[in-house]
Amino acid sequence: MGFQHYILVCGGTGCESNKADEIFRHLIREVEEQKLDEKVQVVKTGCFGFCAQGPIVKILPEESFYVNVVPDDAQELVTEHIVKGRPVERLLYREADSKKHARVDDISFYQKQFRIVLRNCGFINPEEISEYIARDGYAALEKVLFEMAPEQVIDELKSSGLRGRGGAGYPTWMKWNFTRGAEGERKYVVCNADEGDPGAYMDRSILEGDPHSVLEAMAICGRTIGADKGYIYIRAEYPLAIGRLERAIAQAKEYGLLGEGILGSDFSFDVELRLGAGAFVCGEETALLASIEGERGMPRPRPPFPSVKGLWGMPTVINNVETFANIPVILVRGAEWFGRIGTEESKGTKVFALTGKIKNSGLVEVPMGTPLRDIVYNIGGGIPDGKQFKAVQTGGPSGGVITAEHLDTPIDYEHLQELGSIMGSGGMIVMDETDCMVDVTKFYLDFTVEESCGKCAPCRVGGRKLHNILTRISKGQGVPEDIDKMRRIGRAMTKASLCGLGQTAPNPILSTLRFFQAEYDAHINDSLCPAGKCKDLVHFEIITENCIGCGLCARRCPVLCISGERRQPHEIDQERCIKCGECFAVCKFNAVLRA
Amino acid sequence: MPATAEPTLSKDVLDFINEWRDEPGNLIMILHRVQQEYGFVPREISLLLAKELDVPLARIYGVITFYHFFKLEKPGRNQISVCMGTACYLRGGEDLIQELENLLGIGVNAVTDDGEFSVEAVRCVGCCGLAPVLTVNGEVYGKVTKAQLPDILAKHRDE
Repeated sequence: MGFQHYILVCGGTGCESNKADEIFRHLIREVEEQKLDEKVQVVKTGCFGFCAQGPIVKILPEESFYVNVVPDDAQELVTEHIVKGRPVERLLYREADSKKHARVDDISFYQKQFRIVLRNCGFINPEEISEYIARDGYAALEKVLFEMAPEQVIDELKSSGLRGRGGAGYPTWMKWNFTRGAEGERKYVVCNADEGDPGAYMDRSILEGDPHSVLEAMAICGRTIGADKGYIYIRAEYPLAIGRLERAIAQAKEYGLLGEGILGSDFSFDVELRLGAGAFVCGEETALLASIEGERGMPRPRPPFPSVKGLWGMPTVINNVETFANIPVILVRGAEWFGRIGTEESKGTKVFALTGKIKNSGLVEVPMGTPLRDIVYNIGGGIPDGKQFKAVQTGGPSGGVITAEHLDTPIDYEHLQELGSIMGSGGMIVMDETDCMVDVTKFYLDFTVEESCGKCAPCRVGGRKLHNILTRISKGQGVPEDIDKMRRIGRAMTKASLCGLGQTAPNPILSTLRFFQAEYDAHINDSLCPAGKCKDLVHFEIITENCIGCGLCARRCPVLCISGERRQPHEIDQERCIKCGECFAVCKFNAVLRA
Repeated sequence: MPATAEPTLSKDVLDFINEWRDEPGNLIMILHRVQQEYGFVPREISLLLAKELDVPLARIYGVITFYHFFKLEKPGRNQISVCMGTACYLRGGEDLIQELENLLGIGVNAVTDDGEFSVEAVRCVGCCGLAPVLTVNGEVYGKVTKAQLPDILAKHRDE
């Protein structure tokens, strides 16, 4: 291949929704029109991770990093950069504090990252199996088929120290070993791609950007445990990932890497997709299996564990997308190499979806044990709009918060648990001073109450009770006893609920009570929401001395409850005010008071 | 005789059912196909499915009502889904729903009288980097502000 330039266009959902596909087509057309198709290849890749700057176009070998590109920029990119060799300055990414344009390697968002799982995301065309193969793809499967006994694969995973990336952190080799040892007519490999945690999209990006890594790992798992069939249970809300997976499966079959007699061996393995239908509880493994079986996705008591009695009563391995994506690399580069990354108990890397009140939101992969401060400030670039950092939430509706005093905590399974949070699937949501902890906690409880399947009473009744109390508190109707009551209900749910959803549902409350009880107390004792978020506890007033009567707030008010003569101080009708805060936001003279 | 024709399963849906008939656990996949065809799962179709697959209607409804994705009511010609994932919530997803209510006069899970728009709140669509996000008929709009909503609505109303 004699291409002199490669133009990589990010094809993740985020950029795609911002016309990345149109940019891609415009670039191809430009390249063709300028008769450069022998010198330049335009590739649509998986997610680059730097979603806040999208759509992104990267040009190799110069490593130029163009951000916020629009379709009409295509011509300039080709004419200037490719033909004349002059970078298009206005589109190049710059660090906030520097006037210099950054090459990919210099961008601080990428500097502290270490990409194992995302090794191919943003480099290869995910719709082309040959590009995956060119980067050592399917080499691990070949090794497993012809050079390694199943026990050796399990030993290798054991010494690598890989633990499940879906949340609980269970050692992967043990799951495989149990299933391998279990009796059953048939065995199954299941990939959990039901990424239901709001604010997390690691798995989606892996599937969109590097679908073959998951297929390869599933086949390796099948060979190791003695299964010939795999299912990927994926959210129906991820159409792009579904499409890329379907294409990848078809291509792998065509190449003899899936299907009958893989690579001429006696091993056969097939993968099928099953679509979820929007039920968070289906991320729980027994509920997920019920859903693949076409039933209501309700969990059942364990034991028996799925490794012994899983899909259709047969021994089943269930791993999460990111866990699978680690496996081919471990087998190619060796457990020893993998074991050198991360901490004593938590090996390897973790991908996080860094979102919320953060400058560089996007997908980041860091070695286990990286301090939270590095992620928030060095990679994430800190909090926008000059606001104060308040907390980071990890683990979504099952997790908790980490506060400023713990910013130097190394992120791994153990340390997060000590702080009352969990690793979870990798959502990392940054909150600033304007976010109210009671309000955010209520948001999570809204979620778990809605998503509770209703099978067991602790979750069904306990969750509702907690939600009722939180609603009262956020309206200023709480009583001091509420705090203790929530702790007691929470403990009961943790102990008595049937599955992980109910067991962890009280975590957001217990965690915020631990670090932010003062905020709850303010709501209860003083009917005050310190962050100014809980609508029933704030009111808006016009400060007569500051108001010049410009009338902007009155025009913006959606319920027209602000009145006053022109150039005279205005007034808010408190009866009709819906507390939307629009007047506060638009006033240029600090004449609206939020209290 | 009532003028309405007897409901039937379209050929495409029937083909799909036949393809999946012997697959274990096929019901959810078939319901996905039905919803793709009709935009929701009409009661008459569920009755036909029960006969076709030889399963009780109650089981089909059990599954439909368990999963948020399946709808029993016909949605608007344009389906607006406002993301209420955590990142979008923190960045003002709720304000978008409020503003849509002001503009369209309907709340969440409702359809406008003319059948043009329906609004729903959905779980994370996975574009957290672009929060707040909404989708109209699957097309994603990122970093949406309240001020952009009238234009977004107008664009789809005219389509």
